Amino acid sequence: MNERVAIVGVGWAGFRPKTPDLSYKEMIYQAAVRAYHDAKVDPRTDVDSFVTVAEDFHEGTSIADEYTPDQLGAVMKPMQTITGDGLHGLATAVMLVRTGLCRIVVVEGHSKASNILTLDSITAYAQDPVLNRPLRLNTHMVAGLEMNRYLHESGTDEEACAAVVVKNRRNALRNPLTSFGADLTLDEVLAGPPLAWPLGVHQTARPVDGAVVMVLANEQVARSLTDRPIWIAGIGWCNDTPSLESRSWATLPYLEQAAHMAYRQAGIRTPFEEIDFAEIDDTYAYKELQSIEALGLCGFGEAGALLKEGVFDLDGAFPVNASGGSLGAGHLLDATGLHRALEAVLQLRGEAGAHQLEDVQVALVQSWRGVPTTSGAVAVLTN
Amino acid sequence: MTSRFKSFPGTSLSEEDFAQGEVLFVHDALKAEYARDTGVGIGAYLAGLRRGVILGSYCSHCRKTVVPPRVVCEWCFRPMSEYVPLRDTGVVNTFSLCYVTWDVQRISQPEIPAVIVLDGASTLSETSVVMGGILHKLSEVDPKAVRIGMRVRAVWKPPEERQGAITDILYFKPIEE
Repeated sequence: MNERVAIVGVGWAGFRPKTPDLSYKEMIYQAAVRAYHDAKVDPRTDVDSFVTVAEDFHEGTSIADEYTPDQLGAVMKPMQTITGDGLHGLATAVMLVRTGLCRIVVVEGHSKASNILTLDSITAYAQDPVLNRPLRLNTHMVAGLEMNRYLHESGTDEEACAAVVVKNRRNALRNPLTSFGADLTLDEVLAGPPLAWPLGVHQTARPVDGAVVMVLANEQVARSLTDRPIWIAGIGWCNDTPSLESRSWATLPYLEQAAHMAYRQAGIRTPFEEIDFAEIDDTYAYKELQSIEALGLCGFGEAGALLKEGVFDLDGAFPVNASGGSLGAGHLLDATGLHRALEAVLQLRGEAGAHQLEDVQVALVQSWRGVPTTSGAVAVLTN
Repeated sequence: MTSRFKSFPGTSLSEEDFAQGEVLFVHDALKAEYARDTGVGIGAYLAGLRRGVILGSYCSHCRKTVVPPRVVCEWCFRPMSEYVPLRDTGVVNTFSLCYVTWDVQRISQPEIPAVIVLDGASTLSETSVVMGGILHKLSEVDPKAVRIGMRVRAVWKPPEERQGAITDILYFKPIEE
């Protein structure tokens, strides 16, 4: 039962604001073919089970999981869909392997955001239908409320949030799997139009299309398939109350819990010292700072100053979102956690290209399902 | 215990309040609009329908033809080898007589959904999955006369009215033999 689980193959497709040339199924197929080739597995004969992550409202199809088996090679095979972020799907696959039920499990996540013509209206359907939705407020307001209280209590300033955008979009210039690479100044970010003050439009990740597929295997199989398995040393997840009325606004206690769960499994006590880099939530710029603190990489209210000092830069002591993050690459909706895990895998394998970090062994990956949720998922990966 | 209370706090409800939707109701209309990038496979299929052609895709490894065409063979997971035009005639594999409409109205003359195995497509695999079937409707036929195994033919919209949609075929009707 205590078997280790490894990522033995990764594949991706898209990561562009529009992908009119491919249906979502064809995009998933591209990612799947890459992942199976990478893992040297045949989905028809080698894979024991498939896990996809999807949100029906994003798909525009009820019970959307019924539409994933064919392009994954999962027809007439065990499969299930998790209505959650990609890391929740990864956690489910880890459990399938660790129970001994499966030797090889595939995880899939995708976004066809360009096909959702009324994304803000769809997101509004995540608000409580009786208590909140009748107020007719754009759901980004939840981020505005959280950012305001976070800045107020932590003493973090708006420049620090803008610096997250500058860093991540600059990092994206080195990464071909991104759409929003740019060399911006703090003033340019801060001068952008407001979205839900103090949150500005330029501090908000834009949705993109894409698909990510990963192949997981138990230790014995992983060692037979590859000489560079990426181990999932720890994985945790946690949710706070859904209530906008009573949740914590300045801190992310659910993310602290999710991190504790993952760190405990990985045997990590001092994350800043023991982990080499992180790919974490930056759906909104302030979220990166708030998450850095909740993940225990520094104390409450310290992330902004450390970021300005360059600690989280590509060449800093603890690179955060070296890939460009969601601000640089675009936000992949439910597949976002898998996007971050993909970037961490590429780094740990030494395949990240122009944004490759030197001498990295331990990665921290974290994701959030976006407004208005309080969902945190955390994974620790090692090579 | 409650017998000691003469009146209860709050606002009492009447049957009328329920009937008028004053309680237990929140009215809301979902604004959900989606585009559909049809991609390579389904895009070719819809473009074919506009020309009056039903396309399938052929897997040379499995030696199977499926409708509509797709980029990957779901049996062997290899890319499909080629797209092939199929005839617009076929055989009813299964059908139903549907007395309730899409928008939930009861009707006396049923709609007739049917899966039609097109001529030239593969029929059965080892798992008895029908591959060459198109889901459509039957018409110009007495519902009582429809049979499994009945031969049918597509009735198309006039070319100038076709839009590259599954509705470019109006329905299938029996072939008189």
